[in-house]
Amino acid sequence: MKQFIIFVKKEFYHIFRDRKSLLIIFLMPIVQIILFGFALTNEIKNSNIAVLDNAGDESSRAIIRRLDASRYFNVVQIIHAQPEIEPAFKTGNIRMVVVFQPGFRHSLLHTNHAQIQLIADASDPNTATAITNYASSIIGDYQQELYGLTAIPFMIQPEIRMLYNPQLKGTYNFVPGVMAMILILIAAMMTSVAIVREKELNTMEVLLVSPLKPLLFIISKAIPYIFLSLVNVVTILIVSYTILDVPINGNLFLLIAESLLFIITAVALGLMISTFTKTQQEAQMISLMVLLLPTLLLGGFMFPIESMPLPLQIVSNIVPSKWYFLIVKDVMIKGLGFSQVWKESLVLLGMSVFLLAISFKKFKIRLS
Amino acid sequence: MKEIVIKADRLTKNFGDFTATNAISFEVEKGEIFGFLGANGAGKTTAMRMLCGLSIPSSGTASVAGFDVYKQTESIKQNIGYMSQKFSLYEDLTVKENIRFYAGIYGMSRKLIKEKMALVLEQLQLTDEENTLVKSLPLGWKQKLAFSVAIIHEPKIVFLDEPTGGVDPVTRREFWNLIYEASAKGITVFVTTHYMDEAEYCNRVSIMVDGKIEALDTPTNLKSTFNAVSMDEVFLQLARGAKRSAD
Repeated sequence: MKQFIIFVKKEFYHIFRDRKSLLIIFLMPIVQIILFGFALTNEIKNSNIAVLDNAGDESSRAIIRRLDASRYFNVVQIIHAQPEIEPAFKTGNIRMVVVFQPGFRHSLLHTNHAQIQLIADASDPNTATAITNYASSIIGDYQQELYGLTAIPFMIQPEIRMLYNPQLKGTYNFVPGVMAMILILIAAMMTSVAIVREKELNTMEVLLVSPLKPLLFIISKAIPYIFLSLVNVVTILIVSYTILDVPINGNLFLLIAESLLFIITAVALGLMISTFTKTQQEAQMISLMVLLLPTLLLGGFMFPIESMPLPLQIVSNIVPSKWYFLIVKDVMIKGLGFSQVWKESLVLLGMSVFLLAISFKKFKIRLS
Repeated sequence: MKEIVIKADRLTKNFGDFTATNAISFEVEKGEIFGFLGANGAGKTTAMRMLCGLSIPSSGTASVAGFDVYKQTESIKQNIGYMSQKFSLYEDLTVKENIRFYAGIYGMSRKLIKEKMALVLEQLQLTDEENTLVKSLPLGWKQKLAFSVAIIHEPKIVFLDEPTGGVDPVTRREFWNLIYEASAKGITVFVTTHYMDEAEYCNRVSIMVDGKIEALDTPTNLKSTFNAVSMDEVFLQLARGAKRSAD
């Protein structure tokens, strides 16, 4: 036990004397969360649009005003004739053109049938779909208001409720993703680098000749990084709760316990990497390649796994971040309890045990 | 009655077809300074690793401090100190923290560590530098500190793997004074070296060529056997026949 305390203390000396790494460890989560939360959001705001108002009546002007006033659109260009539409897409940076037919208000009030044409730049199909949807709903709102409560007979009004994320905020998806990414980076990379450093600086040999038990060595190496990663979990939760308004709907302790489980999986990965790398740089590169990329690509928070080809869907199952991402979304956003996430937790637990067993075995082999 | 602390009998280590250490046999007495010489690749490090319990021999027997190198490696580790050819203290820790760490992993009590620390710092005249980071110490001091740390837990035997590489002659002399002091306290010193002048400082010297021990005696006897004026000459006569190139 005394050996353990002395060893852990030594690890903290290393960590706290390396100011640069320390800064990275503590600032990276905050910067990432804010970056993903504000800059890299997948909501489409402030799209530039143009209008071709052949009607020029009260209704068309009201709709244009509403579009411009919404946070989704800026009307930046007024087009005067049909042939100007294509050049407007080509030269301007507009995403959509709204075209009103002549006599728009008249048709609307007297024939119950008025037409608006939405022409969107579909070179980015997701954006095109999203902005035409936004525009349709703004137009729909206007129409409703116009009719008031004395609505036309036979109208189906779908009432859409967006569960768990009523405002469709991208941050609800990114925060769990960033948590997975940060934890795997800090816990796995730092652990592997810290162990490999002992090899590279040759202190490992002295430790191997000493009576220090390999298991004790591994545990004392891992504990400081598990602790730092937990600090990061708390930081991320505070930042996303206060600045990004992401709620913590589920049990906070369950969330932290699940994070601890994921951190242990990540540390186990780091241990495994350290058993087959010789230099700190090598450990860092391999950590980045085998951890960061799969987490980003197959973790589920950047690209939906359901829409991937089957082989990739299968491969995504061995990415620990995928399971953690599901757990955090369930617990944090949906507010579910352990009974709903025990399967995912079991997968992570299994992965940890497997990885720890392998790295411990490899570690022992190196001794003989 | 002399007490044997290291005993190797036909100790062999194979790596596939390659025999790194070929049936070496020798005995080292308590308090002796035993020089272990050989060109690069002669098998010194492999032999040393087997004696330290880092590597399981392929055949032969050996005991260190009375413990078997096959079965009792944990007991061996409790009773030996080790200093490697590459510098092995933590550069980002202070002198004091390094001493405390290494003493701590040998399970020394807090009180004992404190006593030993004061002694070591005084002996190395490092008392004013106790809170200096090791990386800002001159190499000579680092090496002397590394040696003191390797014997802080008063092991029966200390293994030194080319401890004076890259150190100037004056510091090397000082380093050897530390070795003599340790030896006088009854610590057996097992040292590999490249410097033939250092071989002269040893009580007995073994010279390895291509995995075998070709000569083993006191420096004086070796010189008369090989009819040489210095250990350098003895070594060259033996090493000239080597087939293995340096690693």
